[in-house]
Amino acid sequence: MKFVDEFRAPELIGKAAEEIRRLAGNDRHYRIMEVCGGHTHAIYRFGLKDLLPTNVELIHGPGCPVCVLPMGRIDDGLSLTASPEFIFAAFGDMMRVPGTHGSPLESKARGMDVRIVYSPADALKLARMTPEKHVVFFAIGFETTAPSTALTIARAKAEGIRNFFVFCNHVTIIPAIRAILDSPDMRLDGFVGPGHVSTVIGCRPYEWIAKTEGKPVVVSGFEPLDILQSIVMILRQLQSGEARVENQYKRVVPWEGNRAALRAMADVFELRPYFEWRGLGFISQSALKIRSAYAEWDAERRFSVPGVRVTDPKAAQCGEVLKGVLKPSQCKLFGRECTPEQPVGALMVSSEGSCAAYYNYQLHKPVTIASAVTA
Amino acid sequence: MCLAIPGKIIEFDAQQPYLAVVDIVGVRRKVDLGLLQDESVHPGDWVLIHVGFAMSKISEADAADQMRLLALLGESESAMEEVQGYGLDSPPPSGKGWEFVS
Repeated sequence: MKFVDEFRAPELIGKAAEEIRRLAGNDRHYRIMEVCGGHTHAIYRFGLKDLLPTNVELIHGPGCPVCVLPMGRIDDGLSLTASPEFIFAAFGDMMRVPGTHGSPLESKARGMDVRIVYSPADALKLARMTPEKHVVFFAIGFETTAPSTALTIARAKAEGIRNFFVFCNHVTIIPAIRAILDSPDMRLDGFVGPGHVSTVIGCRPYEWIAKTEGKPVVVSGFEPLDILQSIVMILRQLQSGEARVENQYKRVVPWEGNRAALRAMADVFELRPYFEWRGLGFISQSALKIRSAYAEWDAERRFSVPGVRVTDPKAAQCGEVLKGVLKPSQCKLFGRECTPEQPVGALMVSSEGSCAAYYNYQLHKPVTIASAVTA
Repeated sequence: MCLAIPGKIIEFDAQQPYLAVVDIVGVRRKVDLGLLQDESVHPGDWVLIHVGFAMSKISEADAADQMRLLALLGESESAMEEVQGYGLDSPPPSGKGWEFVS
């Protein structure tokens, strides 16, 4: 099987866009948040905004794990692996994220042993291969990646590997959505629910958003047609005065999620009382820590972590952008001091961060389907 | 990290039953099937892989859709780099491996 560069069902994309215009009418404004950074990337990449009427606005949510990680955690991770007996292992996405004294990549240039791994299992493998070193895996991600870290820690324990440690920064999506809904400067009408996170947690955890907040949630795939269909489903609910959780991404997301993955997480992790999110501040029970049964593999318990807290660069307005109060281009640094090549804020680092997506696609549109399907 | 890459299970690992050799766009890598332990998984099945772990079973048609989506998103290269990097042991042809080129 190969990568093929063609859209699925372009004729349906045009129809979905037409249906959105019909449903949205012109008597009110709709604000819909796509929670997941993967959706943000797709929306910019495919120029989907150009297909939407001006009264349907997409607000980019907090679902980019690199973007919501406070700088202090990067400083902590790098500081605990500073001495030569340590190896700092992390996903490639983390490597250019700026800490106070530079990114992991810059730390490598200064002589720290920093490695990219593509799987937590490979960080464990690195520990097996280098028994004389302490390998610290800088774990990051929502429920999509947390089960893999959990299973890796369980495997380290089962195999008795003592030189593997996890610096855990896993976060959970539901408390972040709650924090956004509780935020006084935020008014939203509905949510495009995350696709891959829902593969793990299923659709049930979103039900409170529909029931108590009265907002529709549609778990969505990532193709242009998926995202447009999800917006159609949200608008239909709003038109009929309903609020339900629907699953547009049935081909991948089971309603109940992945129970084995949830068990692995529950076995290894417990909720932290609170955790700091960039742009959103402290959110209670929004992150995972390693249970005491696995304390030996927990970098935070085994080594002294300074617990650095860093305020974001003053001029950067990551918080406002992250909450959807400002558009990326409205930030004072956007495209000048802060670019994907020289990121100041984390939203510019990851391709799933809204600033990087906006910079890469809004300014230099490489792919757009708007012209093709609206003609 | 958030890429979901489809692959086809070729065979289970003889030593570690939770591992399987998976064909991902022509590259064979060992993938952890531990998070699919509630499902019956067989050689020939298609799975969606995140960070080296199979997260869900999908149909062959969905696998093709996902492959196309990665291409559309401009992520084919990152996906290949990730897949090549699984297992730490084989640097991608571009010369950019799991170890930085300094």
